[in-house]
Amino acid sequence: MSLKQTPLNAAHRAMGAKMVDFGGWDMPVNYGSQIDEHHQVRHDCGMFDVSHMRVVDMRGAGVRGFLRYLLANNVDKLTMSGKALYSTMLLDNGGVIDDLIVYFMNKEWFRIVVNAGTADKDIAWMKQQATQHAPKLVIADHPELAMIAVQGPNARAKVWEALPGSKELTENLIPFSAVEMGTMFIARTGYTGEDGFEIMIPAKAAPMFWATLAEKGVKPIGLGARDTLRLEAGMNLYGQDMDETISPLEAGLAWTVDLKSERDFIGKAALIANPPKRKLVGLVLQDRGVLRGHQVVQTAHGAGEITSGSFSPTLEKSIALARVPKEVQVGDSVQVEIRDKLLNAKVVKYPFARNGKGLI
Amino acid sequence: MNNPANLPNNLKYTASHEWVKTEADGTISIGITEHAQELLGDMVFVEAPAVGRKLKAKEECTVVESVKAAADVYAPVNGVVTAVNSELDSTPEKINEDPYAAWIFKMKPDNAADVAALLDAKAYQTVVDSEAH
Repeated sequence: MSLKQTPLNAAHRAMGAKMVDFGGWDMPVNYGSQIDEHHQVRHDCGMFDVSHMRVVDMRGAGVRGFLRYLLANNVDKLTMSGKALYSTMLLDNGGVIDDLIVYFMNKEWFRIVVNAGTADKDIAWMKQQATQHAPKLVIADHPELAMIAVQGPNARAKVWEALPGSKELTENLIPFSAVEMGTMFIARTGYTGEDGFEIMIPAKAAPMFWATLAEKGVKPIGLGARDTLRLEAGMNLYGQDMDETISPLEAGLAWTVDLKSERDFIGKAALIANPPKRKLVGLVLQDRGVLRGHQVVQTAHGAGEITSGSFSPTLEKSIALARVPKEVQVGDSVQVEIRDKLLNAKVVKYPFARNGKGLI
Repeated sequence: MNNPANLPNNLKYTASHEWVKTEADGTISIGITEHAQELLGDMVFVEAPAVGRKLKAKEECTVVESVKAAADVYAPVNGVVTAVNSELDSTPEKINEDPYAAWIFKMKPDNAADVAALLDAKAYQTVVDSEAH
């Protein structure tokens, strides 16, 4: 089966990217050193091709009411045009179908960005639910939109240089909100723990914009560094830290689930009926080695499992997210089974690093 | 691979991507090839075998870990571990920077002929080429 390509595929190859099969997409994992790319984003800025992610627009009267029911977080928190909300979308049994960002644009238009690997499944689910609860809504995805994330302390200034007119429009844009600029959509969001923008742009215009950013000195960053940046920032990765068998309450996402309001939503009854027995914690390895997904964690309260683990370039130590019995507390010492050894790790509060600095 | 691998002619190689250099004292130094480090990416951890450990050819004896993944390194021949490069504990990135200088461990081979029978640069190049397809 041939791999899907983003509009920037040729640009990545021209820049010396090492390309890999990423869930059926031919994507750059790095352009040289993943660690250098990681530091580049923490200390200056870099750009990521995230065009494999999918934009879905929901339009029509009653769209807010539908999303109030569809999503675990409450879209009623969105009152200002352009404001974004992070949410999970759940099955009836409380398992996570996907995590996403939803933007409120106007009372008849919300824009949603979903993960690449789950996009088709997500859209089918949205449409199926809409058929029952909001049959007049128009749900349209936009695979023709490319997406470029520019992230790092200097990211916004570089975008302003590369995109005339954008400064006036986005200088006062508060974090986690977006604004339209012609055919582009500029959001002050990201997946790195740094300031910056995620910019949706028609596929045809994407290579030119990418090249302009490169001319302004913005370095391309591969998916390898994207993963270590998001892990340091304590952000979940769908398919690793949660999936359809995991409750958001056991994935460190209770803060995104609104159980307080009267509002009913898909999965709510299951979440209330099944209080969490486990929780997501951060681990820092004390011994030498590297934490990886699926390694078993031994705690005083029973076994757990690492969901995401890697080497943290900022802390120069190995770090992980792990799902462990809920009695485990920050500061506890635990042991991780790595090959034939038990290595010592400490339970910590995450994020591990954001805004250029280690937090541990 | 897009680029032909950098393969010094004075070294021997294995199909599992180790390089082997015969030293003046008859011991051999073992590391991983440029191709292997390229596939793994930035190295962050090396767990070398204990000095004195007896190894059989093709036995897993070392783990190298990059940011991306862990990989086993295998003994190229039967023999005994005589030294490990402890410099790599604090600077595993030397494997990326200069893979043929960054030896991981040394062995005294049981039989020098076993070393002579390993792949030469040309034969190893064939292995690398076949993996690319």
